[in-house]
Amino acid sequence: MNAVLDPAGPQAAHIAELWWVTLAVCALVFVAVLAVLAWGLWRAPRGDPQMVPGARPAPGAEKHLIRWVTAATVISTILLSGLLVASVATDRELAQLSLTNALNVRVKAHQWWWEVTYDDPQPERMFATANELRIPVGRPVLVTLDSGDVIHSFWVPRLHGKKDLIPGRTATIQLRADKAGEYHGPCAEYCGLQHAFMAFEVIALPPEQFETWAEAQRKPAADPEDAAARRGRELFLSGSCMLCHAIHGTTANARTAPDLTHIASRTRLGAGRLANTPQDLAAWIADPQKFKPGVNMPAHLLPDDDLKALVAYLGMLK
Amino acid sequence: MKITGAIGLAAAIVVVAGCEREQREFDKPSISSNPRAQAAGMSALQPGAPGRGMQPTASAGGYNEKSAYEIAQGKQLYRWYNCVGCHAQGGGGIGPALMDDQWIYGSTPDAIFATIVEGRPNGMPSFRGRIPEAQVWQLVAYVRSMGGLVSSDVAPNRSDGLLGAPPEGLREPKRPAENKPK
Amino acid sequence: MSSRAKILRDGGGWDSPAAKALARTWGDKPGLIGWISTVDHKAIGRRFIVTAFGFFALAGMMGGLMRHQLSVPSNTIVGPDFYNQLFTMHGTTMMFLFAVPVMQGIAVYLVPLMIGTRNTAFPRMTACSYWIYLIGGLTLFAGFAFGTGADAGWFAYVPLAGPEYGIGKRADFWNVLVNFTEAMGLMVAVDIATVILKMRAPGMSLRRMPLFVWASLVMAFMIIFSMPTVMLGANLVQLDRMLGTHFFNPAEGGDVLLWQHMFWFFGHPEVYFIFIPALGFVSAIIPTFARRPMFGHDAIVLSLIATGFLSFGLWVHHMFATNIPELGKSFFTAMSFMIAIPTAVQIFCWIATLATGRLNFRTPLLFVLGFFFVLLIGGLTGIILGSVPLDLQVTDTYFVVAHLHYVLVGGAVFPLLGAFFYWFPKVTGHMMSERMGQWQFWLFFIGVNVTFFPMHQLGLDGMPRRVYTYLAESGWGTLNLVSIIGAVVVDMSMLLFVLNVVLSLFRRERAAENPWGAPTLEWAVPSPPPPFNFVVLPVVSSREPLWSRETGGATHVSGLATGTREGLVTTVLDAVPDVRYIYPSPGIWPFVAALAVAGWLIWSIFSVRGALWGMIPPTIAFIAWFWPRKRENDQHLALEKRP
Repeated sequence: MNAVLDPAGPQAAHIAELWWVTLAVCALVFVAVLAVLAWGLWRAPRGDPQMVPGARPAPGAEKHLIRWVTAATVISTILLSGLLVASVATDRELAQLSLTNALNVRVKAHQWWWEVTYDDPQPERMFATANELRIPVGRPVLVTLDSGDVIHSFWVPRLHGKKDLIPGRTATIQLRADKAGEYHGPCAEYCGLQHAFMAFEVIALPPEQFETWAEAQRKPAADPEDAAARRGRELFLSGSCMLCHAIHGTTANARTAPDLTHIASRTRLGAGRLANTPQDLAAWIADPQKFKPGVNMPAHLLPDDDLKALVAYLGMLK
Repeated sequence: MKITGAIGLAAAIVVVAGCEREQREFDKPSISSNPRAQAAGMSALQPGAPGRGMQPTASAGGYNEKSAYEIAQGKQLYRWYNCVGCHAQGGGGIGPALMDDQWIYGSTPDAIFATIVEGRPNGMPSFRGRIPEAQVWQLVAYVRSMGGLVSSDVAPNRSDGLLGAPPEGLREPKRPAENKPK
Repeated sequence: MSSRAKILRDGGGWDSPAAKALARTWGDKPGLIGWISTVDHKAIGRRFIVTAFGFFALAGMMGGLMRHQLSVPSNTIVGPDFYNQLFTMHGTTMMFLFAVPVMQGIAVYLVPLMIGTRNTAFPRMTACSYWIYLIGGLTLFAGFAFGTGADAGWFAYVPLAGPEYGIGKRADFWNVLVNFTEAMGLMVAVDIATVILKMRAPGMSLRRMPLFVWASLVMAFMIIFSMPTVMLGANLVQLDRMLGTHFFNPAEGGDVLLWQHMFWFFGHPEVYFIFIPALGFVSAIIPTFARRPMFGHDAIVLSLIATGFLSFGLWVHHMFATNIPELGKSFFTAMSFMIAIPTAVQIFCWIATLATGRLNFRTPLLFVLGFFFVLLIGGLTGIILGSVPLDLQVTDTYFVVAHLHYVLVGGAVFPLLGAFFYWFPKVTGHMMSERMGQWQFWLFFIGVNVTFFPMHQLGLDGMPRRVYTYLAESGWGTLNLVSIIGAVVVDMSMLLFVLNVVLSLFRRERAAENPWGAPTLEWAVPSPPPPFNFVVLPVVSSREPLWSRETGGATHVSGLATGTREGLVTTVLDAVPDVRYIYPSPGIWPFVAALAVAGWLIWSIFSVRGALWGMIPPTIAFIAWFWPRKRENDQHLALEKRP
């Protein structure tokens, strides 16, 4: 609730400041204009259609009115100029976020999920995830934005304004979370059938917790320990899942759907559509179209124990 | 307002054909996505005509080459499931070209379905159990559109990428001369 | 009629032989053919207005359905595919098929009456444009009825509306609709601009021209400069879709953002050429109901022109979230703020007029007061949206939905309803019920605010636009529920409005010539006006012709023929009589040409060949239309000889 006006980082805080200043000025103008209008309506005598209309005033006869209107216009212009200065100044503040020791993340938007890749100067330390962006508190993040199909928009209201992801154009957005927490980010540009359910979560963690998480993400998928999970992995690799999804550490290496190597570590499924619980995961796999009609993942009619095995396997991929 | 009515009727008639073209069905539970759900007695590789009675046929429903949505989905799947790896954008490479008039195993929807699901000799893998049936039919429709065999108002337009081949909707139909295994 | 026959000239009262002769000359043939082939600007204007309100009702119902779908979380009244078509059709219909045509239609009806002439300059072109508009709108709705409704938003961004992701023919219907409506818009704009500049009553210099006529002139020029851009853009998208060109394909050298620039370069002026005629309504209603001439008339004229001009420099504020350089975006912030100043000047002048007048609180004035309240909120949220950092947070959310409805409903629909009440007696000859009008106003005012004000907060809460549903945990349910209550109240006010119109049309009492005591020329003719408007063309000597005139000097023009459709062309600045002009006569060719153009455009949706060969019937139709007629030429020549 009240995401825009509850900033958790400097970018959103600058914007919220500008919001309050602008709102105050606009509210003042609104009240003033309506007050003058109301006063004018109240004090003017009543008339009717038969009344002889006022004659055209002689030039110079309405000097006081001219003065009032001119004054009001000048005041409006001054207020607008002030708001313009405030707006440009805020823009500059947003551009001047220090990027020392920035975390580099690449986000590529698809219909209707977010591909997130954490960059690193050493290539073996790069890793990918989906629909979730975990960042360390207090450290700037430079997000490079790209689109795989149509225009989407990256928006985390509690951290910053929007940036569109436009195919053929690479944009960047710089932000920083100064408070730990989970920040919701809906897709903010109409992108087709499931634009309504294309959200990602930004989770800001204290730096040590972030490093622990990143290390875990860099590891390949854990090997299954019990029979059910083993059967689940067998189903995954021999069925249709591996045609689209990747699980590093297995032979599944496709990139057309979210990377599932550490799916159990995520808070939500289906780009924010469902919570990441075993029941929801089972329901999702059985029929994603029920939750997101039009999504690119087909339904799978699996026997109950097969579905349980698959869920058991995916559930251990932390 | 007779004229208004007449014009409305004319416009309506003109676009009646649109209703099928624009249908979008999302809920299609598929059986063959589970490798264990094969009916007993189905043999593995059967090049040539599909086995009678063992394969879903286009006429049983599930195949729709009158829906622009199905063909467009097929085009996406063609890319995602890496058909381009062997068949390129239709010009072929490791695999035969799909946009010419040489249909080795036939250009009927049933024949193409069998090709994808059962595989063919000389390298076409079987995708049974990998690709759900509904998606196979979408691929079938797309492959037929590559040869210009679907109506031009449902065929896909150019893709938003490097131009690999003329848009499918602008291609001449490539009907097979005769079935000739290579 | 032989050239030697005595030519009856105009002159005399409403029952004189001249009036009867004029009625014969300017009247339409009876029956269907007469109805189709009319060139009476009043008939054509009425058609535009009625059709536009029909589309308004349809789009309003779609809006209501959307509100129902969103009233509770995870609602299942409509699915995503139909919802996407709903909001696209709602926006497209409101903007292209209601707002612009209704303003143009009212201008076509009122402007010749207000400037003291008999018809618009090119009535056959305007007649043709009506049919193009009607068929275009029906085509779009036919597509919608059969599942081919446009579904990429009313702004149809590529790549979503492009060849790969715009599946089927939906986007093609949208692109072709743009051709239909922009062709109509341009035709009407040229007609209005010409009649205003060249056919005003003698003595109606530009300084004496009524403010509504100025607003129509500014609107016409804005249309002429902006509509070609979107037509071009839509046709480039069609080329991409039908022929495989690469205008918008970044992989082959095109640019996705090109569409946005082309669309919004039109799109932003478009909202202003919906807004500016509404400002003209307000400027017409206020002096009448304040019983005094408008204070700051010249300032308002300059403000209208400035608004029209500046509106072409704002379009990038719809693209602030893209990766255009930041300094460039700030320029558009400055322009967006700057355009508030002429609007503010107008508001201050109106307030000054009201405060120093004698007020008649009838329904038209109530709607103007409602306009002040609602537009002020909309304009101020516009200032918020004009600032780049603030826009980055609230754009593409329900905050913008709130803003756009406040400025469009407040800035255009409130004045439109006021204008409807104001001019209904003139158009139909019956007054509307004042009591029902007041009820309608209050229901509408309350309903609009209850529907749209919560959306500001929804935007701040993070609710994006164009979502077909949302989860309960988002917390957006309560405000959406409040919003639907407002929508129901708005529906009630609209029903009351329809009831009022229908009942008023069947009243027995006829309205007087000038029931409001208004100053402009359209109130000098009977209600409803005869086909020829004026028996004698007036000569104007003041800004408020019916309120004051200079003594001495000519009061009317005499000597125009009654046997042909003769009118007067005057000079641009001072309206000095220049030449006599023979208005075009009724004919069937505008209708036939419109059918041919419509056939061509509809065929081009389905076939590239259609786009090419379909050009042949319109070519033939236009040639037939313009072919000189010997009988007409002879008649005109006869009149050119000195009487």
